[in-house]
This record gives sequence, structure tokens and C-alpha cells, in this order.
Amino acid sequence: MMSIFIFKVILVVAVFAISLFMAAYSTYAERKVAAFMQDRIGPDRAGPFGLLQPLADGLKLFMKEEIIPTISNKFLFVLGPCLFMITALMTGAVIPWGDTLTFGGVSYALQITDINIGILYVFGVVSIGVYGIMIGGWASNNKFSLLGAIRASAQMISYEIAMGFSIIALVMMTGTLSLKEISVFQGGGVDGHWNFWNVVYQPFSFLIFIICAFAECNRAPFDLPECETELVGGYHTEFSSMKLGLYLFAEYINMFISSAIISTLFFGGYNFPFMHDLGLDANMITILGTVALFTKIVFFIFFFMWIRWTIPRFRYDQLMNLGWKGLLPLSILNLVITGAVILYFNK
Amino acid sequence: MQALTQRSKIVSNKKMTFLERIYLPAILGGVVITIKHMFQRSATVRYPEKEREFSEIYRGQHVLKRDDNGAERCTACGLCAVSCPAEAITMVAEERKKGEEKLYREEKYAATYEINMLRCIFCGLCEEACPKEAIFLTDRIVVTDYGRDSFIYGKDKLVEPIDQRVDVSKRQTKEVLEFKKQKQLTHNK
Repeated sequence: MMSIFIFKVILVVAVFAISLFMAAYSTYAERKVAAFMQDRIGPDRAGPFGLLQPLADGLKLFMKEEIIPTISNKFLFVLGPCLFMITALMTGAVIPWGDTLTFGGVSYALQITDINIGILYVFGVVSIGVYGIMIGGWASNNKFSLLGAIRASAQMISYEIAMGFSIIALVMMTGTLSLKEISVFQGGGVDGHWNFWNVVYQPFSFLIFIICAFAECNRAPFDLPECETELVGGYHTEFSSMKLGLYLFAEYINMFISSAIISTLFFGGYNFPFMHDLGLDANMITILGTVALFTKIVFFIFFFMWIRWTIPRFRYDQLMNLGWKGLLPLSILNLVITGAVILYFNK
Repeated sequence: MQALTQRSKIVSNKKMTFLERIYLPAILGGVVITIKHMFQRSATVRYPEKEREFSEIYRGQHVLKRDDNGAERCTACGLCAVSCPAEAITMVAEERKKGEEKLYREEKYAATYEINMLRCIFCGLCEEACPKEAIFLTDRIVVTDYGRDSFIYGKDKLVEPIDQRVDVSKRQTKEVLEFKKQKQLTHNK
């Protein structure tokens, strides 16, 4: 019992550290990907290939002067970035980072907690994240910040609906809300069964989900809450020093977590093809599975960046049109079709 | 009315088709373009480590030339200052004393000669105005600095050292070289 407790503590710290590490190197990767796509080199001065750039950026943010506007609401001004960061980090708790490791007869699940409402929890925490932006933008007492914050909350609320509907179709199919069970459902070669990744069964659901994920993460082409050309810096205009750092960092953590959720829900999570046919040790399969999951996550982070540096930003009315008139009906239609198919095949 | 160019397009306000409205084919096209660029050679030159080849007539930091004997050619006539559109050049003239014949070519010389590199637009009009072939622009780059004061270059930075002559032969046009051959002119004696 004690060993499991210690293991969980280690896992919590590890997930925390990995989230931060991934976020830090996402900033580096973002700049590199942007550079390569624009035929440039990107940051290459700090360390070999500029690999120490995130450290330099972090140090810069720490050393910057901390400005809190006198007309702002100080308590909320500090609360905003903290809340955003906390919610960003909290979602990592229910994601299955791997199968179980067995040492000395005790099996350790590579998941902090397997609650049976995993997806619901993720949605709940993500929607609290809106408050981080809203409070930060409102407390700044600045028109640009407020506009950015309003845009962010409106955008996140409208896209969460379509996102939820796209997930319901998936939940209907798998019959569970637990992320662990959804992962298991996609495992290849159990007892000679062949289970495909969910994306094969639910391509539309995946499409809607990933578009909504872009909007939820405030990423281009839906980065209206902070569009530089219109709103200076959006909701974080007034923020400086590490408070700004927390906002920017939390956004990259959000991106990492969404990539993890997309991989888990639609791309088999920690499962990889032929995992049970190679005759490997169970622990070995678990480790390889975690590597596979991280490969998928890295690919999706790259995909996020790839899209960002390809497509221009949507106009606000186009964004709302797409969300309410495009994705929402489409996700409901997908839901109806999924239901009909399930009904037909189960009879 | 006659069109100015053949490139103008007639703007149409037609409705988008279904495929255009769902954006996805267009996005796919864009994504293919960006991924292609990922594998293309970048155009960046890592500057301090690697310098690009300069144009032969690059106009960079000025040099005040000496003649073959090592005497300064500048006579402080002020034509460069007059011709300068940015008013970057100032000078103070002085008369040559006895015993200074080795230092200055003619009876008058510039005691101070200053160019404000922040004002200078590197147009090369000073060089064109100079009757004594004293000032030239070279392919050297004016180095950056933090303060403004250090950008006012005096004679210490402008006059070429005797042992380190600056080659300006590339900046002398064909006409100038032709003109220099006419030895009957006082200028070329």
C-alpha cells in the first residue's frame, strides 16, 4: 500500500515536471517550426541548436520588472494567471500515460487516478480555465484586455458545446467515460481481437474535436483572444514578468494536454500496432506504449504548430458562424448517425 | 480608359461553393505548402560568423585617404559638407605650418573632421563632390553601439593609417580613372 502511495507521489511530480518540460520546449519548437516553415533558421544562439533558449526565456521573464497597474484589482490580477496555470496542470491527472508496470508482484498503473468520469473531469477543469482568462482580463481594467477576455470566454463556451457533442458520439460507442477504459478499448490484438483506433470509427467526431481543440487552446486560426493586430496582447496586455509567463506557459501546457487527450481518445492512447504480437515482456510493452503515446503527443503538438503557421486568423463573426452554424449541427448529426448505427448493429 | 497594366483582375463577388465554404481543401493545400517549405534551404546568413559578399560599389564607412607619400589629401574645402544631404559632416580648417609638409598635402588642412554616422545616409555625394579624391566610402560596416556619442567619427577613425591603406580602387569609376590620366591638370600632378 505504502509503495503505491509513494509511486503515486512520484508520478504526480513526474507528470508535473513533464508538463512543464513539454511546455518549455514547445515554445522552442514553435519558434523552430515557424522558422523552418518560413525558410529561416530560428533561435540558435543559446546552446547547441538554441536548445537552451527556453531557459533563457524563462530567466528573462523572471528578471523583468513586475508591473501591476494601479487601477487594477490587485487580488484578481494575481489570481487570474494562477488559476489558468492550475487548471492547465490539473487535467494531466486523469490521462493514462501508460499501462501498468509490475515490480515484485505489485502492479503500478501509469495514471495518477482512474476516475470513471475522466472525460467529464477534463471538460470541467478546462471550463474553469476560462475564469483564469476572464478574471485576468477583467482585473486589468483595460479595454483591450477586457475585449480579449470576452472573446476568449465566448469562444471557449461556444466551442465546448460542439466538442462535447463530438465526444458523446465516442462515449456512446465505447460505453465509458473513463480515459483508461477508452484506451483499452483501442488496444490491438487482445485475444486475437483486432480493435482499431477510434479515429477509424469516428472520423467526423475527430475532425470536430480537433477543430474545437484549436479554439479551446486559443491557437491559430482561432487565436482571437490575443490577436496582436487588433487587441495589442489581448487579455494579457497588462501582464508582465512571470505572470505573463504563467499565461503563456499555461497555454502551451493546454496544448500538450489537448494533444494527449486527442491521442488517448482517437489515436489509441498508449497502444501501438502489433503490441501483443511481438512477444515482449509486459513491462517492456508498457514502456514502449508510453513512448508511443509521447510520439503521438509530439506529433499533435507539431500539428498544432503546423496549422498555426499555415492558416490566417478567422474573423470574429466567421468564428462564431463556424462554431454555431457549422460544427454544432454537424456534431449533432454525427451523434444521430452514430446512435442509429449502434442501434442497428446491436439488434 | 486604357488599362495601366495587364495584371489587373476583375473582382467577382460570387458565392463560395460548398467545398470552399468548409475550408478543409484549402487548408489541406496550405498545409502541403508549409510542409514543403520545412525541407527547403533557409535563406538566412549567420551574420557575425559568416559575411555575405559585398557589392563592388558597396557604400559603407568613409575613409579619408592619404596620398602616395602619406600626406592627408583633404584640404578642408567643405564641399563634402555642403553636398551632404543629411548634414552629417562638420570640419574645422587650419593652415599648414612649416615642417608639416609631410603630414598635409596642401597649405590648408582639416584640423577636425567629423561625420555623424547616425545622420549619414551613405549616399556617396561627399565622395562625388570631393575635388581632391580625399573621401571615399568603403565596404566596411559601421559597427553598432549602445550610445549616440560614439557614432560621431573623428579623424582618428576616418583617416586611413599609413601602414594599413584602404583600397578604394573599386569605387573609382571608369570616367575618374580616365580623368586621372590627364597629367596636365593640377589635380593629377
